[in-house]
Amino acid sequence: MSAAGSSRDLSVYIHVPFCAVRCGYCDFNTYTATELGGGGSQREYPDNARREMDLVLADDRAAGYEYEQVSTVFFGGGTPTLLPAPDLVSMLDHLRGRIPLAPGAEVTTEANPDSVTPESLRVLADGGITRVSFGMQSAVRSVLATLDRTHDPERVPQVVQWAKDAGLAVSLDLIYGTPGETLADVETSVRAALACEVDHLSAYSLIIEGNTAMARQLRKGEIAEPDGDDMADKYELVDDLASAAGLSWYEVSNWARTPAHRSRHNLAYWRGGDWWGIGPGAHRHRDGLRSWNVKHPSRYAARLAEGELPVQESETLDAATRATERILLELRIADGLPVEAVPEQTRDQIAVHTARGHLDPAALEAGRLVLTRNGRLLADAVVRDLVP
Amino acid sequence: MTPRIAADEARDIQPASTPQERIRNFCIIAHIDHGKSTLADRMLQITGVVDDRSMRAQYLDRMDIERERGITVKSQAVRMPWQVDGTNYALNMIDTPGHVDFTYEVSRSLAACEGAILLVDAAQGIEAQTLANLYLAMENDLTIIPVLNKIDLPGADPEKYAAEIGQLVGVDPEDVLRVSGKTGQGVPELLDHLVRTLPQPLGDPDAPCRAMIFDSVYDTYRGVVTYIRVVDGYLRSRDRIDMMSTGAHHELLEIGVSSPEPHATNGVGPGEVGYLITGVKDVRQSKVGDTITTSVRGATEPLAGYSDPKPMVFAGLFPIDGSDYPNLRDALDKLKLNDAALNYEPETSTALGFGFRVGFLGLLHLEIIRERLEREFDLDLISTAPSVVYQVRMEDGTQVEVMNPSDFPTGKVAEIHEPITKATILVPAEFIGAVMELCQSKRGTLGGMDYLSEDRVELRYTLPLAEIVFDFFDQLKSRTKGYASLDYDVSGSQTADLVKVDMLLQGEPVDAFSAIVHRDKAYHYGVEMAGKLKNLIPRQQFEVPIQAAIGARIIARENIRAMRKDVLSKCYGGDISRKRKLLEKQKEGKKRMKNIGSVEVPQEAFIAALSSDAAEPKDGKKK
Repeated sequence: MSAAGSSRDLSVYIHVPFCAVRCGYCDFNTYTATELGGGGSQREYPDNARREMDLVLADDRAAGYEYEQVSTVFFGGGTPTLLPAPDLVSMLDHLRGRIPLAPGAEVTTEANPDSVTPESLRVLADGGITRVSFGMQSAVRSVLATLDRTHDPERVPQVVQWAKDAGLAVSLDLIYGTPGETLADVETSVRAALACEVDHLSAYSLIIEGNTAMARQLRKGEIAEPDGDDMADKYELVDDLASAAGLSWYEVSNWARTPAHRSRHNLAYWRGGDWWGIGPGAHRHRDGLRSWNVKHPSRYAARLAEGELPVQESETLDAATRATERILLELRIADGLPVEAVPEQTRDQIAVHTARGHLDPAALEAGRLVLTRNGRLLADAVVRDLVP
Repeated sequence: MTPRIAADEARDIQPASTPQERIRNFCIIAHIDHGKSTLADRMLQITGVVDDRSMRAQYLDRMDIERERGITVKSQAVRMPWQVDGTNYALNMIDTPGHVDFTYEVSRSLAACEGAILLVDAAQGIEAQTLANLYLAMENDLTIIPVLNKIDLPGADPEKYAAEIGQLVGVDPEDVLRVSGKTGQGVPELLDHLVRTLPQPLGDPDAPCRAMIFDSVYDTYRGVVTYIRVVDGYLRSRDRIDMMSTGAHHELLEIGVSSPEPHATNGVGPGEVGYLITGVKDVRQSKVGDTITTSVRGATEPLAGYSDPKPMVFAGLFPIDGSDYPNLRDALDKLKLNDAALNYEPETSTALGFGFRVGFLGLLHLEIIRERLEREFDLDLISTAPSVVYQVRMEDGTQVEVMNPSDFPTGKVAEIHEPITKATILVPAEFIGAVMELCQSKRGTLGGMDYLSEDRVELRYTLPLAEIVFDFFDQLKSRTKGYASLDYDVSGSQTADLVKVDMLLQGEPVDAFSAIVHRDKAYHYGVEMAGKLKNLIPRQQFEVPIQAAIGARIIARENIRAMRKDVLSKCYGGDISRKRKLLEKQKEGKKRMKNIGSVEVPQEAFIAALSSDAAEPKDGKKK
């Protein structure tokens, strides 16, 4: 391990850019065709990912970074479980053949309720995956239909049970604020998720990104513009119901039963950890160096075939930018941000936002900035005031 | 035989040696789009002073804005030779500003002439401003030559409008000349008619020199060019001259006539029109209306009619980008060189930052200056709602002059005087009711009403200037389908029950939105402005009350509810760079916000709130 990162842990994100169907709200880097040309197909993907891992490892070593162990791994997408379970395991195996997994490492995969079976989940668990995060989104059929989600809501409790039976920790993802969704619909969905007795819940307000089918519907006036007040009501409802069920927030959009149930992988993002981003369009961070890969799987494959890192662009953060990122990331989590992380010139804003009820006065006593619930809903506004 | 005179045949009408009986001085009174410049162009062409090839449409209007708007802001004079019955004459055409804001300049141009062509569009008839200038010409005892223009147009109705003008001027409709500036039809006859009908100048060639300045233009290369009409005596190129209003002495660097390019001569004689250059750099040193005499054996009595231009309408001009303040100052300094009526002093607004309080002759003047600043100096500006000058007498007897609502005194007010105008509105008879209703709502008093023809009416009103500068003209146009024309002249003042309405954001007054309004309209103003601001100011992290107040009394209130959600719900590894860049962009946006207390107001909100109230200039239509 180099002097530059003597005690730094490594997290690894592996992006699987394939889905069975593209959802109308989704602007992620994902593809529905199974056979993309130029070595970019689903079948060739694991090989490409392995090749990239070797190149990244060499790049780290050349820069003087040697990680002793990998503390978390996250397969995201796309729909990682669209790949055969052994493919995911083989990528994990390749990784740990290069850098060992830490004892008790967290290895998560995202999954679509449609794309798992008891058997596939067992293969994943046996292969070292410890946690699965299902894209439940909603328990209301009309809402799922608006989101272009194809799964049967009845299937969610079933797949959760299968995952638990396989020994996997389970998280459910919800989306609120879908056009046409009522507060009662949100309540139905949250209650359905909690009824599965999961230890972790994520809930995101729907964002209609520019280049999506939903954005086109919005422009045509077929759906209504999401309303901030409605979103706030729904967020508060999610928070109320999750809290009542014993899950407490630990990040703006995440709730966990105990600190041990928090997603350590995601916490690494918010705490400025180092991570690899393997796969097309994936982002990587190493000690203030951010880079991201080319997006298209075929271009990605072509670069790797040349023996090159498939990096699209990178940036080296200066001290001020790192300080800014720290504020914008750490303020999102329940552990909060130490007062010293706020620059002198904006420190007066701390009192302003505490007075406005955005920051928790008790935490401030202890030297930390922790958002209240109103503060969480206005997190970006608070960050803008704290950043010089 | 053409009445054009070849250069070598014009020896008997050379400058400074043309007898007065061979001189005719005239101007053209016309509404903006009635074709004055086109007719002038045709005269230049027919008399041969501009050859056909170099003829450029609207030769005399120099500035882009003038050309686009079809209005003439600055006048010039052109000397044209013309032969009638074998005798050579020198015709001086003085091009008058066509707009109400420049009444004083018009009056000085008129004073330089013996006659005026009243030019009326044969398809539209006379307009209020033309009428006002016609009356001005008649008061100056000018000989009026009524002319219908655009007779080549399919929509022309010369019979109808000849009757209308005939009645106004007191001539037989048969005697109204008919021309087409575009085709030149009737223009030679008009030139002949000018020579035969207009009186010759009647100056005293032997008296000490007296010349009246009727225009003064700053030229980047030559400094101020002063246009003069010599009344008595001679100005010679070697003379030293005195400005009689200030007693300032100047050396003559050049004297000459324009036809239409400047030609230096050895002098300008009685009855003649010419220009002179002394090397001064600021038109204020060469004031319109002032009398010039020679330093040696000069006149003792100046010519009558001189007065200083007085700004009637004031507005704050602020750069949208605060760092443009020095550029705005430099730009105003430059415009001032050419505009003796432009007045300004620095002003600081809590809402709008550093800018200038600028005084204008009227709304058009305001709009022209603003447009020139934006166009020629590339400045983005916000202007506050125009206001007038109030004289406020306090109970303790002190007198305060208020040019800016924020200067309105806070103590006990005994009496407020506001400027009033005599307004003339010409309108088709069917709109009389609509116009009367509007004038009534603007605190107008009807002075009289006359039918110009069977379907056109002249309405005379006394109206507060403040009402006119607010949005009167827009409303007049919209209520009369664009048919009404308006002219006004400030004439005295009246006491009025006026109050200052302040707009408060979270209890903090926003100076840019304060207004002095009639007590009966204060509530309306407050409610409207509060509603407008509510829609323009984005929700903040806290509730923001918007109040309208007269002193400590709240008369209207709105609330901007607190913003409840401002967070991107997803922020994972791949989102961080994008999120940070968004934050940086938002921070930039925040810097452009104006802080009123702790309320962040986007610049656009100020612009939108102010611009919808800013009245359009009268007749400032683009063509």
